[in-house]
Amino acid sequence: MSLHPSHDIGIWIAALLTLGIFSFLYRDNPVYKFCEHLFVGVSAGYYVVLTMISSVYPNLFQPMFGSFAKDYHWLLVIPLILGIMLFSRFFPRGDWLSRWPIAFVLGVYPALRITGFGQGDFVEQIHGTILPLWVPGSIGTSIGNILLVVGLVSTLIFFFFSKEHKGALGGTARLGIYFLMVSFGASYGYTVMARVSLLIGRVMFLLDDWLGALRF
Amino acid sequence: MNLTSLQRLDRRWIFLAVGLLVIVPLLFNFHIAPVQPSNRSRGFYDAIEKMPEGSVVLLSGDYDPGTAAENYPMHLAAARQLMRRNMKIIALALYPAGPPLTDQVLRIAGGEYHKQEGVDYVNLGYKVGNELVMSQMGQSIPNTFPVDNRGVSVKLIPVMKGIQNFQQIRLIVNVSAGYPGTKEWVQQVVSRYHVPMVAGVTAVSAPEYYPYLQAGQLHGLLGGMAGAAEYEVLVGAPALATRGMDAQSLAHVFIAFMIVLGNLAFAGSKKGNGR
Repeated sequence: MSLHPSHDIGIWIAALLTLGIFSFLYRDNPVYKFCEHLFVGVSAGYYVVLTMISSVYPNLFQPMFGSFAKDYHWLLVIPLILGIMLFSRFFPRGDWLSRWPIAFVLGVYPALRITGFGQGDFVEQIHGTILPLWVPGSIGTSIGNILLVVGLVSTLIFFFFSKEHKGALGGTARLGIYFLMVSFGASYGYTVMARVSLLIGRVMFLLDDWLGALRF
Repeated sequence: MNLTSLQRLDRRWIFLAVGLLVIVPLLFNFHIAPVQPSNRSRGFYDAIEKMPEGSVVLLSGDYDPGTAAENYPMHLAAARQLMRRNMKIIALALYPAGPPLTDQVLRIAGGEYHKQEGVDYVNLGYKVGNELVMSQMGQSIPNTFPVDNRGVSVKLIPVMKGIQNFQQIRLIVNVSAGYPGTKEWVQQVVSRYHVPMVAGVTAVSAPEYYPYLQAGQLHGLLGGMAGAAEYEVLVGAPALATRGMDAQSLAHVFIAFMIVLGNLAFAGSKKGNGR
């Protein structure tokens, strides 16, 4: 194993910041705090500048000041005014003005999400569970379909609270709990995989990009 | 050995063990078992293979460096497969830190397959607005993204010629870290405009998308680094994810062992307390 450290100052800064964040695994310390605060500050600045360059300028200022009369671009005055009204929160005497754009967002956003959920999840998922319980020639598919339907029904019954969970209802609800437990276990397994993957990603960066110790 | 004493174990020893189990296989490059592609990964691969050459594909890289370890390998492998099949790629990002990663992916894959920016692919960059961006793209993609990531008007970019909305898009390839991502693309675009879609997602969010796969709303799904490694094998370009799988396997075995040990210690302590 031979080392070939990077000559890129950016790689060195990133590597030292990674090690600074990792130092929290030992205990909380000033180096970790510095890295954390630096990240928050840089992220906020980056986000503001990027939003101006990628959205506000090309989608608002450029069409409005470039060709005001064309393609109803004069209508962009409305979002501009609403956007400016949001900044009234900085002035206590006029902060009520910010409620109008917020009301606009609150009106549009939930409507968009509800229609998306209705089309993408509610209808399509019910459609996706209407399955044949017996598929000739494919025992595996049949078992899978039966498990899916039984799991769905029993889990839904577990969340049915209008009647006490006793007798057949209680038994089915208990079966629903087992299905839920399996799903929590699968989610936990995936979470472990995700966290280990992130560690692998950082270790690869340190060993390869920074130290040049990996052989690909 | 008294297992109940494990409950007083300093957790930093566990961190150290996991760290070593990740570093050693990477440094010494040993292989435990070959990566076997699953049906989910094969569905992702086949969806691209079945498209006619030259089709227009939307490649949305909705992630940032925080999840690059999982998402970047699948993003790069997808770009390689798309370029090998001579697809026209319209790339974008709904995460603020996404465009540089998309640029890097397109540059690497484009260099390998001799593709030209603007002619064979375009990076439209980032746009604020989450689902609103998707919804507006359904009306007009050029109005939603008037310029690309370099500031060039989309009217002057050859690959954008004739592209108005989702009617011209043959497939959506989404690489997602969470919100906004796969769920929103399915809700706002797949269900409304019926554009076929495949997704590569972080492992932590993968269970959320299995119902979409089962219902046929997704044609393929890559879950985390394991999914990325399977896909790299299918594409024929084993890279970062494949390299990380042995470290991943060893860490998983150790964590499973610690979970069993922890439960035994807990059961022992309950017995000791007479509960």
